[in-house]
Amino acid sequence: MMTDLYQSQRAMRQMRRQAMQRGVVAILDVGSSKIACLVLRFDGTGRLSEDNSIGSMAGQTGFRVIGAATTRSRGVQFGEVTAMQETERAIRTALQAAQKMADIRVDHVIASFSGANPRSYGLDAQVDLEGQLVTEAEVGRVLNACDVPDYGEGREVLHAQPVNFALDNRSGLIDPRGQLGQSLAVDMHMLTVDAVAIQNIVRCIKRCDLELAGIANSAYVSGISALVEDEQELGAACIDMGGGTTSISIFMKKHMIYADCVRMGGDHVTSDISMGLGVPAAVAERIKTFNGGVHATGADDRDLIDIGGDTGDWEHDRRTVSRAELIGIMRPRVEEILEEVRTRLDAAGFDHLPSQQIVLTGGGSQIMGLDGLASRILGQRVRLGRPLRVHGLPQSATGPGFSSAVGLSLFAAHPQDEWWDFEIPVDTYAARPFKRAVRWFRDNW
Amino acid sequence: MRPLTATRTPVIHRTKPLAGPDADFGAAPKSESEAEPKLRLRGTRFFGRGRLSDPAPSRLSYRFQRWMLTPGIRRGVKIGLPVLAVVGLVGGFFAAEERREAVSAYVISIKTSIQERPEFMVNLMAIDGAGTALSEDIREVVPLDFPLSSWDLDVEMIRDTITGLDPVKSATVRIRPGGILQVDIVERQPVIVWRTRDGIELLDETGAHVDMIAARADHANLPLIAGKGADKHVPEALQILTTARSLGERVRGLVRVGERRWDLVLDRNQRIMLPTERPARALERVLAVNEVQDLLERDVAAVDMRLGQRPTIRMNKTASEDWWNTKVDVSSGQ
Repeated sequence: MMTDLYQSQRAMRQMRRQAMQRGVVAILDVGSSKIACLVLRFDGTGRLSEDNSIGSMAGQTGFRVIGAATTRSRGVQFGEVTAMQETERAIRTALQAAQKMADIRVDHVIASFSGANPRSYGLDAQVDLEGQLVTEAEVGRVLNACDVPDYGEGREVLHAQPVNFALDNRSGLIDPRGQLGQSLAVDMHMLTVDAVAIQNIVRCIKRCDLELAGIANSAYVSGISALVEDEQELGAACIDMGGGTTSISIFMKKHMIYADCVRMGGDHVTSDISMGLGVPAAVAERIKTFNGGVHATGADDRDLIDIGGDTGDWEHDRRTVSRAELIGIMRPRVEEILEEVRTRLDAAGFDHLPSQQIVLTGGGSQIMGLDGLASRILGQRVRLGRPLRVHGLPQSATGPGFSSAVGLSLFAAHPQDEWWDFEIPVDTYAARPFKRAVRWFRDNW
Repeated sequence: MRPLTATRTPVIHRTKPLAGPDADFGAAPKSESEAEPKLRLRGTRFFGRGRLSDPAPSRLSYRFQRWMLTPGIRRGVKIGLPVLAVVGLVGGFFAAEERREAVSAYVISIKTSIQERPEFMVNLMAIDGAGTALSEDIREVVPLDFPLSSWDLDVEMIRDTITGLDPVKSATVRIRPGGILQVDIVERQPVIVWRTRDGIELLDETGAHVDMIAARADHANLPLIAGKGADKHVPEALQILTTARSLGERVRGLVRVGERRWDLVLDRNQRIMLPTERPARALERVLAVNEVQDLLERDVAAVDMRLGQRPTIRMNKTASEDWWNTKVDVSSGQ
């Protein structure tokens, strides 16, 4: 089973390399409330500028967004595909519009989704080096020596990133290759999700005549784009408040070390308003966007909102609600979401991290007064995050709702080394007995 | 922001430059939905039921659009198809014989109407620098029936034809404004008469043929040369004759002997046989002797200068006999 996954992930990496050669790749963020599609063109410029400084674009100058489109999501609930036909049509809509804007055909897609019960595992392993030198094969060997826990049937590994290497007594190595030592140890972060969710997304993309060149968890990618560099380095949590889910990712030393997902989001707030006020979901969404908030003041009692309706009943169609009432509906739900996030962070041991920075992003983070409420629940160091600036990103796509799409672009440009980027050591292949025999002889004589 | 009524049309995000210090305000989500262009999907106009219809493209239109965005296909459609259509139309039109002919006839008629404008017409040929006889000859070899379009005249060929005439040294042919074909001729000037078995010819200073004449007496003032191949060496002959002008009326002419050297023939049948090399120098020697000794006044048949080291004189028979007698007398007298 592991080798199967290994092969399929390698195939996706191969696709990504092909897409890089062609220079055009599409980014697809499959969310519960919107599907965003960006078309990236890679022009091959390096990561750093000539004077080796990071520069105004945080070094992300290797690509340019040439097409961007969003469409309302259909058939996606809690970040998982529930109606495949609908989702496929929505993906087609977004992709066609983005292609039209980019004026180029895109064949490779890198996708992200948020749901499917992500679960984090910390893995570690230690091996004695065969020689003094740490080679690529040695890294592959130590990664392969990790004791994989039994993560259950119907689950699939989405990310498996080595986050820390230790050589003898020196820990905290980012890249041990080429260094000398006796024993190599690795800490790996593995993220598993429901296999069915991945398969559904893959099917949807295949049905749009596209090749999947990579797949990522949206908690991870929104962390990449919403956290600034020193937050990623010193440790921070990114909370992406989406439509159907609120995803949590914790970063430390520029690696994601934990990801989780609360199956509640902005759509639940909307449905609360809809139910509480007896209005259609579209009207509830509009009222939430324009007049929503979580802190009621005295002025809010006098601020009457026209909630309308078109039943023909004069009384019914001219209902109003005060802003304080609206806040009274919204606040418990937002608090519930944040409490749940707090629980997950506590379970992950976020308290023990040196830095307690929390960054709120995603479309749900635009609720007025959310930062105040969040700092009461999550801790003092809360800020609202927007995605990193990237070349050619339209102004209308720079809001916090696009942080996972932008992060996925960064992920597409500079993917992190994962477990499957290293060669499997020879002895796991049963199909090479001769090499094994040679190896045995060399080890024993 | 979402509009009040539910719409599912996709929003396309385009980069818009923000003006002035209000960039932050422009970035606010307010009023951006009406400023942003909406994608109009073709299907909705025909099949849609208002705004609630699904904006998703059908699989067919999605595939078709992707197909059209492929660079090769797009270039083919944008460039290849129009070119193909034009080629097809033109080819189809010219496939029929009579249409081809009609088009070519039309082109020719336009061409003729331009060429036959009065500005391009040539009405007469003017010949300058040629005698009457030569002018007639020229008109004979260049038969043009005026008026004629100047487009039809091949001036180069006319000039070559005229230059090909014997008495013409060089010719300039041009079309003068006013519709006149101007021919300027430089005639060859005869300087020498060459008598051959076929008749008497006039030659110019390069030895080129100028004309045939009936009698030597027609050109009594020109010197006479004879012999095969004499016309190839006219400059040399002229040099010899110049040298020999002190002999005046006595010179009858030059004879080319064996296509190799010259004999200067004087009256009283005297001959000065000149060498192949530097004949004028040899003649000067003879003339110098003549100056001192009156050599040529004597009864000498020939002065042989063919061997430079040994000039020889041949005397007439009677003179030789006289000389013998004189010698005898002298010897007897002693």
